[in-house]
Amino acid sequence: MIDLDPLWLTAKLAFITTLILLLMAIPLCYWLAYSRFRFKAVIEAIISLPLVLPPSVLGFYLLIAFSPENAFGKFLSDYFDLRLVFTFQGLILASVLYSLPFMVNPILSGLKNLPTTLQEASFTLGKSRFSTILKIILPNIRPSLLTGIIMTFAHTVGEFGVVLMVGGSIPKETKVVSIAIYEEVESMNYDNANVYAGILFVFSFSILLAVHLINNKRKTALY
Amino acid sequence: MLQTADGKLPLDVSFTIEKGQFLAIYGNSGTGKTTLLRILAGLTQAEKTHIEVANEVWDNSQNKIHLSVQNRSIGFVFQDYALFPNLTVKENLEFALQKNDNTQIVSELIELMELQSLQNSKPQNLSGGQKQRVALARAIVRKPKILLLDEPLSALDDEMRFKLQDYILKIHQKYQLTTVMITHSIPEIFKLSDKVIILDKGKILKEGTPSEVFSEEKISSKFKLTGEIISITKSDIIYIIQVFSGNNIIKVVATENEIKDFKIGQKVLVASKAFNPIIQVLS
Repeated sequence: MIDLDPLWLTAKLAFITTLILLLMAIPLCYWLAYSRFRFKAVIEAIISLPLVLPPSVLGFYLLIAFSPENAFGKFLSDYFDLRLVFTFQGLILASVLYSLPFMVNPILSGLKNLPTTLQEASFTLGKSRFSTILKIILPNIRPSLLTGIIMTFAHTVGEFGVVLMVGGSIPKETKVVSIAIYEEVESMNYDNANVYAGILFVFSFSILLAVHLINNKRKTALY
Repeated sequence: MLQTADGKLPLDVSFTIEKGQFLAIYGNSGTGKTTLLRILAGLTQAEKTHIEVANEVWDNSQNKIHLSVQNRSIGFVFQDYALFPNLTVKENLEFALQKNDNTQIVSELIELMELQSLQNSKPQNLSGGQKQRVALARAIVRKPKILLLDEPLSALDDEMRFKLQDYILKIHQKYQLTTVMITHSIPEIFKLSDKVIILDKGKILKEGTPSEVFSEEKISSKFKLTGEIISITKSDIIYIIQVFSGNNIIKVVATENEIKDFKIGQKVLVASKAFNPIIQVLS
């Protein structure tokens, strides 16, 4: 029988990462979509970097940065008593960085496709920026939000390289499903690896199916 | 500064509107009409501005006063209507209500603009004219001092246009609005406005009542029409050319010598001076 802890840990990691990213991405995307900041392209490039960067590269830099031997890690450990290497908290931070483009890109493209006059109309009707975002902008990019949430969740579940570098494989702390599969194979327990792999396979397929169903519905629903 | 096809152009205008007046702004595209309207609304900030409405300063670049869009008593109708797709017609109107507003105004406007049967529909299921009526009604919910209309009728066919002109006039009078409308249509200006400004390259070219402004070149003893030749027939010693213009067929007499220049399908200009039509080929 397989150990269920990695499954639970993976779900918890993906859920927390998605929640943090959703709350972060909405203001970030709003700013990127509407501001006239000159170096916006640079910011957008940095956000998309995890798409092309090998996960081990990102993981390596994070490992260095988080290490209590170095300034940033020492600062966190001295002032906040926070250790990010080989801990669940460290995994969350790494996942947030690694999955950032999967949340930002759909939301940003949703915002860019929304006519700017919708926001202006709301302003002329006396509504504040906050209430415009809440009542007009977000409801009208709901498919993009859903795509972002689903893709981020799925991508976090599928992480391997970053998790291995930053988290290692500590049971109940950083040993997620993808790592568990690797270890089962290493110790020749193909049956267990098969169960884990099967679960992830079915999960990933269902997620992609859901995204496509949502997107097809969007095409018929909007305008 | 205006960003136009010919590069940057300064927008330099100054005018006053009386309370309750209907002002039309007329001009070619790229002359700053929409920018002017957006500056009035506070949607675009200009370098040097002074806007005062009923003794209340909305914009004064010298004293760094810039009243936010939300705090200006305006109703704005956008060219693309900008109806909220996630809300029904009624909800679009209700969205404009402020905290302690009486909701009566929403049902009143729905009735006035004849939207009763559409009030639970989403905007994407409405026709252009219907969307326009909703946008107009929504802009009035706050009972603004000034109604700003950015070419509201340009996307509609003539019949719908005439009908909506009546709606605009009706609400302008009923709610005692001061209205500023951008338009390309001279008949519309005559029908709706008391005052017109012609903008050209960011400057006011002419300003006055519609008949003052358009008296010289547009309305005179002379009329001009453009159309297409649909037939040339011989009748005794003369020829009759039929020109299709707008929805009319105009018959023009020509001599044998003259018809050499004309072909069926050609774009022509028909002009008349003192009941003596002249017809010439458009280059």
